[in-house]
Order: sequence, then structure tokens, then C-alpha cells
Amino acid sequence: MTFTANHLWLIPTLPLLAAGLGALAPSKDRRLAAGSAIVAMAVSFVLACLALQSALQAPATHAVANFAWFDLGASPMRLGFLLDPLTAFMCVMVTFVGLLIFIFSLGYMQADANFKQFFCFLSLFAAAMLGVLVANSLLLLFICWELVGLASYLLIGFWFHKPSAAAAAKKAFITTRIGDLGLLLGLLWLYDATGSLLFYDGGQGVLENTALAALAGQTLGGGLALSTAIGLLIFCGAIGKSGQFPLHVWLPDAMEGPTPVSALIHAATMVAAGVFLVARVYPLMQIDAALAAVPVHALTVVAFIGAITALLGAFIACGQNDIKRVLAFSTVSQLGYMMLALGVGSWTAAIFHLLTHAFFKALLFLGAGSVIHAAHHEQDIRLLGGLRPKMKITFATFAIGMMALSGVPFLFSGFWSKEAILHAAHAWDVSHLPLYAGLAAVVLTAFYMTRLVAETFLGQPRSAAAEHAHENSAVMTIPLILLALGAIGLGFLGTPAWPWLQARLSGTELHSSLHHLMEGSGLMLLSIGLVGVGLGLGWWLYGRRLRTTAEARDPLVVTAPQVMAALANRLGFDELYAATVGRLNHFTATLAQGIDRWVLGGLVNFLAQLGVFSGTVNRQLDEDGLNGGFDQISASVRGSGQRYAQAQTGEAHGYLRVMAVAFIVLALVLVLGGAR
Amino acid sequence: MTPLHLCLLISSGLFCIGLTGALARSNTILVLLGIELMLNAANLNFIAFWRFGPAPSPANGMIFVLFAIAVAAAEAAVGLALIIAVYRHQKNIRLQEANTLRG
Repeated sequence: MTFTANHLWLIPTLPLLAAGLGALAPSKDRRLAAGSAIVAMAVSFVLACLALQSALQAPATHAVANFAWFDLGASPMRLGFLLDPLTAFMCVMVTFVGLLIFIFSLGYMQADANFKQFFCFLSLFAAAMLGVLVANSLLLLFICWELVGLASYLLIGFWFHKPSAAAAAKKAFITTRIGDLGLLLGLLWLYDATGSLLFYDGGQGVLENTALAALAGQTLGGGLALSTAIGLLIFCGAIGKSGQFPLHVWLPDAMEGPTPVSALIHAATMVAAGVFLVARVYPLMQIDAALAAVPVHALTVVAFIGAITALLGAFIACGQNDIKRVLAFSTVSQLGYMMLALGVGSWTAAIFHLLTHAFFKALLFLGAGSVIHAAHHEQDIRLLGGLRPKMKITFATFAIGMMALSGVPFLFSGFWSKEAILHAAHAWDVSHLPLYAGLAAVVLTAFYMTRLVAETFLGQPRSAAAEHAHENSAVMTIPLILLALGAIGLGFLGTPAWPWLQARLSGTELHSSLHHLMEGSGLMLLSIGLVGVGLGLGWWLYGRRLRTTAEARDPLVVTAPQVMAALANRLGFDELYAATVGRLNHFTATLAQGIDRWVLGGLVNFLAQLGVFSGTVNRQLDEDGLNGGFDQISASVRGSGQRYAQAQTGEAHGYLRVMAVAFIVLALVLVLGGAR
Repeated sequence: MTPLHLCLLISSGLFCIGLTGALARSNTILVLLGIELMLNAANLNFIAFWRFGPAPSPANGMIFVLFAIAVAAAEAAVGLALIIAVYRHQKNIRLQEANTLRG
């Protein structure tokens, strides 16, 4: 069967229908809402597999299905769907990981009163993300992108009765909106410059040679190419959505949502959208690389932002005590890796890491969810501990996820994808700073993950909740096992010896030979050594002497209290933003209020005083001069006013009713009275 | 039945739903919702007559509706502000009880 772009719209539409069905279903009917969401996702997964099979038959082509949305004046606004290996791989990943998360949620949200809404929002989230993936128009992508933002707002704030959750939802929405403003400006500028927003359109699309050459040919002030400016504006959207420095502050707060939502945000849907966007518009980002004269290349900015984020996230993760926040900062760091890979010119490595990361990060989050569910919503790792004998499956799968994330060599997928990124960074001829940042983050990643596992699962239970924890039901453990298999197996799709995934993504010939494995062995040995250092350091500090009480001080806090306090405080980014942007906002608001009250208000008050004065003069004239006859007139006016006031009942419904009757009478007169 | 008739039928349906809602509900927000529905029924008529009628210029129906939507948004903002003021005053938003301005 050939699955062309013409049927691609089905993939996002099915979850959307499930969301609609879930919204209409009675809230007692849990089975209908959850069942329709899971079935729709499963069917979408099958369709995505068919799409992948169809896309792999001709990996170098972009199959499109474009249509006109509406005509504005003479030029139609066109949207479309696009099928290429990038879309297909991402769709398979999102539907598969999403499906497992949906199934896990059946167990996790079992006791929640708003079970039905939860599945409705989850479906909407998945539908919006799939819409981003299949869009062949920046406009359609932007619409779905904003829907992703809306769904994330609804889900992060799902427990809206908690003030912290409501605040986190607002923060996520507003912070990503700052980036989206850049994306919107880039979109408008692109439309202004090229007159189209379709990515591929038989030679007319914005990512095809004609438009790219035109964009790269124009320069702005300072020698900046037009394509660089638009590319950087579009990248702003990715910064917001993918939690890159400096807009990473919303991502850890998004932990306030239920854990399956965190898994979905961090693995499959929301943050992947930013990386995907840059990979999608990669021809546009890349075109200025050939221009030597421009002061800055778009991709250089991407690489450095990614490197800063990778290092920063890994550092802060070392100082967090909440199991989900450690994972959240690790996501920030891993997304930095992906951006780094995009920036140094290897978008295939970025997508490879995105796919493997989706599996092991979903695994880690669901594992954390399993722990939290078992330990009665205790998330502080200092109060957990000793869970290994009680939760064997969760421990085993979590350990696999931890090793995949740390990049333990050969068996685990994270190793291969991280390797691909480090090699790309090594081959980048602009600067080696991103490589060094990446290598440093390798050590830190292995370190904080060892700490997390040692504190959570080993040692003695340090609270009543951890004491009474027990393994969860199969509906929660089976997704963990499937994801663990993915976290191991997926890496072998893209090893240097057999880079099948990379070749299929870019539509080039597959060169498989063991020789390639040997070529980069120096860097590979270095990174293996660094992983070993990180794991060893973690073991030395946390594994050797396991924590015995919840109050015992962390060994790093003992040696470097100030550093750890700063890290636990997330290096004060929130405070910084509150002190700068927040205060600026407050200042302008105060200023506006001051102007309103004193300047404009003063003017109005002055005019009023003038009015009062002239009124007083008038009144004197009136009382003394004109009188008499006016009293008569006013008495009769008052009488008629009183009669009319009978009709003024003050009941708005009464007025509405009179209006409706008058409307009907008018309509009857027009219809029956022989209107022309 | 021409597409124009279909559009007009839908918009009259929408109008009637809005009117019923505005007349039958006592919650002021729901009354406001009903009024918005009626307004949008009118907008739908604009679009329908512009799209299927003899169009003298390319986009006037759509522009008209865009303005109507903008005005409706402003109106909704004012309406909601009024509702909040009423709520602060009488601790509920039942329309029947908001009659203290009676002459």
C-alpha cells in the first residue's frame, strides 16, 4: 500500500476527534473518554507506520498535498501536508510513546475526579503535536504550535486548585509566548519576502532553491542576510518551546502537572516541537553558511545557545532534590545537546538524539511516576530510598533509562546518539567550545543520574510513604518495559558502523562499514572515559555511604554549601527575571497609572471644577432670574416621565423580550407586507 | 437548496439558539453568550451574502465581519467587566436581581 501525503491529515485528526468525543462525553463515562483516546492513538500509530513505510521507499523526495484555505483578494492562502522521512519518523515516535503514556495514565490517574478531562486534554495535546509534524505550511505549523501551547497550559494546570500548579501553567504559557512572538514575526516577514508560506510546493516553496536564493541574496543593515534574520526569528519560537536558555525557566515548573503529562511534554510532544521546527526549516537556517561576508550565521547562534543550555541544565540538575525536577533539568540539558547538533550542522544527529531521548526520557518520567504513585505522592528523593526490593520492575527499567541517559557504552541508545552529536561538534570548523561544553555535560549527566538512582532506590526507606511502597499494576509496568526495550534497541539504528537512520532521514546512500567505527574511536574513548568519571564520582559521593536519614546533609552541600544553594535555587534565573523584566513591567505600569491619575486626572478635575464654577454662576442666574414658567413645563415632563418609567422595570429579560417580539413583528411586516 | 439558503438556515438557527439562551438564562454570563451567538449569526449572514451574492469588491464582506468581531470583542470585555462589578455589589450574577437602577 502506498501511503501518500494525501492521507496524512488522518494522523492528527483521529486524536482530535477523540478529544472532541471526550469533551462531549458525560463526565461519569470514564471508559468512553479513555478508550477513544487510546484507540485513536493506536490507529494513528498504525497509520504513522504506513506513512513511514511509504516515505522510506523514496527518502529523498518530499511528497506534498497542498490546498487553498481561503482567498484574500487575488492571492489564495494555501496550506498543506508534507510527507518525508523526518515527518514519518517523528510521527511514529510521537504516536508510539504517546500511546504508552496514555496507557500508563489509566493507572496513574485512576483515582482522579477529572479523569475524563485528562484524556480529552491528552488527546488534544497529541493531535496538536502531530499537526505540527505533518504541516507543509509555516502557518499551519504555527496554528498547531499554538494549540500545543494551549494544551500544555491546560495539562500543567490540571490540578488548578493548587496555586503552584496554576502559576506554573501561566508561566509556561507566557514564557513560550515570548518565543512565539519571534516565530510570528519571522512568519510574517517570510510571507512578506516570498509571498508563500508553503515549505515545499513544486519549486515555489520557501524551502526550495528559488526562494532560498532570493532570501540569502538580500542583505539588511550590518551585512546580515535576510535569511539569517528570519531564521533567527523562527529560532526564537524554538527557544521558547524547547526550553532553551534564556527561556528555560518554564520547563522545570511544568513539573506541577501530573507525571504522565511531564513525560509527554518532555519526551514526545512539546519540547520536541522546537527541535523539529529547526530541523524542518533547516534549509533556510543553513543557506547563509555559504556566505562568508555575513557577521553571524544563524546556525552558529543555535550551536552556542544549545551548548550553554546543555551545560547549564546539567549543572542545575546536580543541585535539585525533587525527583521530577532533576529529570526536568536533564531534559533542558539534553535539548541543549539537540540544538547543539543542529547548530554544528548535523540535523540528522539531532533528530536521532530526539528519538532516542524520547524513549528513555519517557521511560524515566513514567518510572518516576510509578515511584510517586507508589509512595503516595512523595517526590523528595531525601524522603524516598530503599525502593529497589519493593519495586523490582520499576527499578530495573529506571536503571536502563538512567544508563541510556548517562550514555553507558554500546548497549544503550543514548550512547550512540550522544556519540553522533559529539562527533558532529568535533567536526565543526567554527569553534570547539560547544564540544567542550558537551563533554563537560556528559560527566555531569552521568553524575546526577547516579545520585538520583542511589538516593531514590538504594539504602533505607526514609519516610512512612517509602516504607509502604509496593509495585504498581501491569497497566503501569508494561509501558515501562516496552519503553525500556526501545531505550536499548533504538540506538542500533544509527551507529557509526551502520548509520541507517541518518541515511534515511537525509535521503542519502547508506555506507555501512566497521571502518567508520574506528575513525572516531579517539573521541568515543574519551567520552566513555568521561561517562566513567561521572558514574564513579556519583558512586563515590552517594553510593558508597548511602543516606540513612532524611535530614542527613548531602556530601556536596557539606563541601560547597554556597554553590549547592545557588544550584538548588536554579542559579537565580527566576529571581533575575522577576528583578529585571518583572520590575520593568511593574515600573511602566506604575508610571502609566501615575500619568493616568495625576496628569490626565488632574486635567479632568480641572475641567470639572470649571464646570462646577460656571454651574454655580448659572444657578444663581436661574434662581434669581428665570423661573416660573419652567416649573410648569418641568412638572408635565416629570408626569410623562413617570408614566414611561412604568415600562422601565429594570429587568434585562423584559427588555430582551420586547426586543425579540419587536424583531418578529418587523420580520412579519417585511415578509407579509409585500416587501419588494 | 443553494449554498446561500443553507448558510441562511444555519445562521437563523444560530440566531434562534442565541435568542433562546438570552431569554431563558438567568446567569448574566450565559445571557452574554447568547447575545454573542446572535451577533455571530449576523456575521455569518454577512459572509454568506458576500460570498454568494454579486460581489462588487473583493473583500468587503470579510472586512465588515472582521470589524464586527473586533467590536464584539471589545463589547465582551466591557460586558464581563460589568458582570464583575455587579458580582462585587450583590455577590451573585443573577440578571433578575440586577435591577436596582430601576427608574
